[in-house]
Amino acid sequence: MYLRYLFQRVVFLFFVVITAASLNFVLPRLTGQNPIRERLAEQMLSGSAISAGVEELVATYDAKFGLDKPIWRQYLTYMGDLLRFDLGYSIPNYPRRVSDIIGEAIPWTIGLIGVSTLLSFTLGTILGALSAWRWTPQWVRFLSYPFIALSGIPFYLLGLILLFIFAFQLRWLPGNGGYGIGSVPNLSIEFALEVLRHSILPALSIVLSSIGFWAIAMRGMMVTVEGEDYMILAEAKGLKKSVIFGQYAVRNSLLPQVTNLALSLGFVMSGSVLVEVVFGYPGVGFLLFRAIQGVDYPLVQGIILVLILTLALSLLLVDLILPLIDPRIQLNRQRMN
Amino acid sequence: MTAPVLRVQDLCTLYQTPDGPVRAVDQVSLALEPGQRYGLIGESGSGKSTLALSLLRLIRPPGIIASGEIWLGDKNVLALTEEQMRQTRLSDISLVAQGSMNSLNPVLKVQRQIVDGIRNHDSRLSRNAEQARVNELLLRVGLRPEVANMYPHELSGGMKQRVCIAIAISLRPKVIIADEPTSALDVVVQMQVMETLRLVQEEVGAAIFLIGHDIGLMAQFVDRVGIMYAGKLIEEGPIRDVLLHPHHPYTQMLIESIPSLTERRDLQGIAGVMPSLLDLPSGCAFHPRCPFVQDSCKSQTQALQSYQPHRQAACQRVQEIRHIA
Amino acid sequence: MSDALATSHPKTTGPSRIVQLLGTWHGIQAYVKRNPSLGVGLAILIGLIAVSYGALLFVDPSEVDPLTARPLQPPTRDYPLGTDKLGRNLVAVMALGTPMTIRAGFTGGLVTVAVATVLAFIAAYYRGPVDRVVQWIVDVGMTIPSIVILILVALTVDTLTPTQLGLVVAAVSWFRPTRIIRAQVLSLVERPFVEVAQMSGMRGPGIIVLELIPNLLPFLIASLVNAITAIILVTIGLSTLGLGALNYPTLGTTLYNTILYAAVLQGYWWWWTAPIVVVVLLFISLLLISLGMDEFANPRLRRTA
Repeated sequence: MYLRYLFQRVVFLFFVVITAASLNFVLPRLTGQNPIRERLAEQMLSGSAISAGVEELVATYDAKFGLDKPIWRQYLTYMGDLLRFDLGYSIPNYPRRVSDIIGEAIPWTIGLIGVSTLLSFTLGTILGALSAWRWTPQWVRFLSYPFIALSGIPFYLLGLILLFIFAFQLRWLPGNGGYGIGSVPNLSIEFALEVLRHSILPALSIVLSSIGFWAIAMRGMMVTVEGEDYMILAEAKGLKKSVIFGQYAVRNSLLPQVTNLALSLGFVMSGSVLVEVVFGYPGVGFLLFRAIQGVDYPLVQGIILVLILTLALSLLLVDLILPLIDPRIQLNRQRMN
Repeated sequence: MTAPVLRVQDLCTLYQTPDGPVRAVDQVSLALEPGQRYGLIGESGSGKSTLALSLLRLIRPPGIIASGEIWLGDKNVLALTEEQMRQTRLSDISLVAQGSMNSLNPVLKVQRQIVDGIRNHDSRLSRNAEQARVNELLLRVGLRPEVANMYPHELSGGMKQRVCIAIAISLRPKVIIADEPTSALDVVVQMQVMETLRLVQEEVGAAIFLIGHDIGLMAQFVDRVGIMYAGKLIEEGPIRDVLLHPHHPYTQMLIESIPSLTERRDLQGIAGVMPSLLDLPSGCAFHPRCPFVQDSCKSQTQALQSYQPHRQAACQRVQEIRHIA
Repeated sequence: MSDALATSHPKTTGPSRIVQLLGTWHGIQAYVKRNPSLGVGLAILIGLIAVSYGALLFVDPSEVDPLTARPLQPPTRDYPLGTDKLGRNLVAVMALGTPMTIRAGFTGGLVTVAVATVLAFIAAYYRGPVDRVVQWIVDVGMTIPSIVILILVALTVDTLTPTQLGLVVAAVSWFRPTRIIRAQVLSLVERPFVEVAQMSGMRGPGIIVLELIPNLLPFLIASLVNAITAIILVTIGLSTLGLGALNYPTLGTTLYNTILYAAVLQGYWWWWTAPIVVVVLLFISLLLISLGMDEFANPRLRRTA
């Protein structure tokens, strides 16, 4: 039962990845031309210093996706490359491989967005749980209003405002890059502190504007759970308020909240692209921005694939952990009478 | 005569609604002797569940206990602090909720749900003693010890309700309130659960306050019965007396609506429906449905009055009517 | 929980719910009084549009073109919002860009909800294989991050008007609304009045239009507000990334320019303040409208309130 359910989910996600990857192939070609080829030709004509070796790149590209090849052949070649994680070469950065460039950016994004998502999830969930609880003092409830207002503002605009206040006006914190301009990444404590200082503002803009989102969702769940029958019995049992709050109300409200968390971690790569852009943070989002600026098709396509794969993986994660945290979804266990 | 273990005096519970306050429990007085089985009968909307929750002081806003007194032995329930009330629940008075409800927390194992009530009442037990206690309680309600390690969704409706009974007797309370404990269960299981309830109630020596709408089921279980209509207690007495000689016209109609096994006759329903508590008729709330209605019923209310030892009814024409039935 | 409440609050949400809630001018006033955030949100939104069009009375629209003014002037009497690095009057930029952005959002939102409604009705009414196909497409569509498709389209087609961009965004935004509206329609189809209509001889489309739409209208309007918010958010985000209608002075384009020229760290505070204030006001007004419509769209809230 449980295995069958997992199998169905895996098949579904596989289908999603194939569809997305196919769109990645089809959409740029819909205009009737091959924009990647045109871009390569442009680069070759401009004959700038960067394009050294571009002839080579064009030759490789033509061998694979040349106009003499039928479209289905090109498609199969493309899918074959994907299976081997061969994402090709970046056009402006030839001969650097797309997979290497993305590989360097991923830890930055996971570090920044992952940590700030977990942080805002924790704070927002606590705030939401408290503001729905009958015995919570009124001032805690007021505390959630500004965050709910902030949740209406996109992350990156809040980022711009924070950038102005703390990096430009007060000059307390750096507002650009993942580390100082003169530094070379290494494993020293000073460098770690430098990275930390550079990540405070981008992290803050994500945390401040998503606390409200988590708080609203948690409060909604708490209100629903408060109306459940077992809450009456919990009180009739003479349980302490803290036990009713923790073991009954929060424990039950947390299930959908955790599902949402896993889902939003799937959007880690795509959800906060603009925050990285605003702060020039060296993650996947800023890389995407630069790839778009440089019309670097292979890099854009590579990043898109990474976005899709993270999402599919996190959905699979949800499917795997949900039966573990919610005893009701133990599909393999039979009800006994 | 022994002192009552639960005494309710002129209790009123209101709900504030946008259209004004609704009296869900209106001037109700009653008493339970130790070990007594008291049945409270009423249609849905008669205020009987609100009365049950009032006894446990579990009325939430917009509801409020407006006036009256509740005594558990010598404890004045409405005068207790919130913390004292919490201590009182389960140790003095406990609840078995409706069978149709999901009264058990879906994410905690049965063991936890039995133990947390005990732990929260200053009964410090060792882990082994706790385990033994849970096993003993489960055994009493006819469940195997393995049930302790199961989640509610793995149990059948009857088993869940037995777990609720085990929780209700875990601190040997003096009063158990059972609010339609067998609703939504099938008939065979209904009888088993009622039998279990009777068994443990006798062992523990608690009085039981059984709420329901099925006068037939009540008749097999309780000693004394009260009938509720539109928030008011309208008749009260020993179950046999009330069944054989109902005084209030509403009670008469309720009894006539029971299908009889020995006698073949057409089922008689009760004409009309229970009025909305928001829009009660003037005078006696039952008068629009009453076959014995007279003019004064439309303007004057009648309080519960005693006409015989142990019997009370709230009807102006009770003296004339009681001889008809 | 209590018997008393069950009888005092009828559960029906019959065909006349809109009439009950907003049937009269008095009803609308009472509703806004109960839900002040709706009134505040609408006032901000209408105010933004009015101020934009009002400003065009004082400023020549041609001043949005580059080099019509001296670049990078802080606010002065002639240029109350200053000028940007390209030498454009920011009053003209904001006055033209704000309605442009809002219009793109409204067009896209309307299309999203219209497509979603039609598909949801078809799926929910005909059930069976039709329903399964729609659901499958919706599931796949919801799983693929829409930003992926948008980036590819915007990168390929680089000459879009703001409204066209809104429509492109709409094309990848109807999955979730379809699922939600379908669930609503399904719950309505089970209600007695549909059965009554069926028995009295109305069939298929007749039932849909005459019986279901009026019941669903509050919910659809709420979905529309959410769709508009989402589409404005995405179009501004895409423009800020440097994709989409960059030839038009939309709010997103202005933000893109401030990021591209590092206006914040260079200290050109007037350049980024105006678009941020307008965008923040826009999103807060939409959030307030959406919060204020909860009661209207979701009868359960009203009962528990």
